[in-house]
Amino acid sequence: MILINNRDKLEWQEGMTVRALLTEMGYTYTLITVTVNGELVPKENYEEHLVPDGAEVTVFHLAHGG
Amino acid sequence: MDIEEIFKRNVPGTRDILSKKTVGIAGCGGLGSNAAAALTRAGIGKLIIADFDVVELSNLNRQYYFLADVGKKKTDALAAHLLAINPGLAVEAHFIELTPDNLCELFKGADLLIEAFDKAERKAWLIETWCVHFPHKPVVCASGLSGYGNTGALTVRRSGNIVMCGDFETDMSMGLTSSRVAIAANMQANEAIEILVKGIKK
Repeated sequence: MILINNRDKLEWQEGMTVRALLTEMGYTYTLITVTVNGELVPKENYEEHLVPDGAEVTVFHLAHGG
Repeated sequence: MDIEEIFKRNVPGTRDILSKKTVGIAGCGGLGSNAAAALTRAGIGKLIIADFDVVELSNLNRQYYFLADVGKKKTDALAAHLLAINPGLAVEAHFIELTPDNLCELFKGADLLIEAFDKAERKAWLIETWCVHFPHKPVVCASGLSGYGNTGALTVRRSGNIVMCGDFETDMSMGLTSSRVAIAANMQANEAIEILVKGIKK
């Protein structure tokens, strides 16, 4: 099981990448920051970075404004 | 006049700790200018500020500037205002466009970085660049602070060395209100103070 944003749960699958998780969860925002177990995953690694079972994942949506 | 009296009403013990700390502020707009003022009043020892804009009239609705600042470099105007609050503050001001190539060099002396950009694309590269270079140094960001009201939607989320304040949804295309931008900026400053005094929450 994977916990996303301290709220949503997702069944873990063998070989699950960050990209697969985002697709599965239906995240459509393009401007996001993702951490897996508190460590940032650079955008260019989404296709390869494997999410371990039991991971805590945070997806921050970045909105314009400052 | 004993300048230290400025901090007489601060939380006991915090000024001693904060006076030895350095905070980097990436961007001197609505978030950065207001967060810088709050940190100065809290008794921070040094601020490294960076921006490449000049003050425009349209900034005065939410940023820590005044009519007489229009046309000045934001970094110069902000440094002057901060020193007018506490002349003992050390300010390092860089009038420069921050990029992934110069960010870490400019802010390497900071104990903590405040992300204070307006464009989300820039927020994204700042967080990535910072976390790759300094995975254990806190970065306090903001996302979603536009519109007005809806105060209860403003919150803080944390993961690892990243802290993010805001509602994570509202976009500046809907307009920006001083009160709401300043809440987000002060949330960032408040988080920064807590981290610097007590360490980052796990």
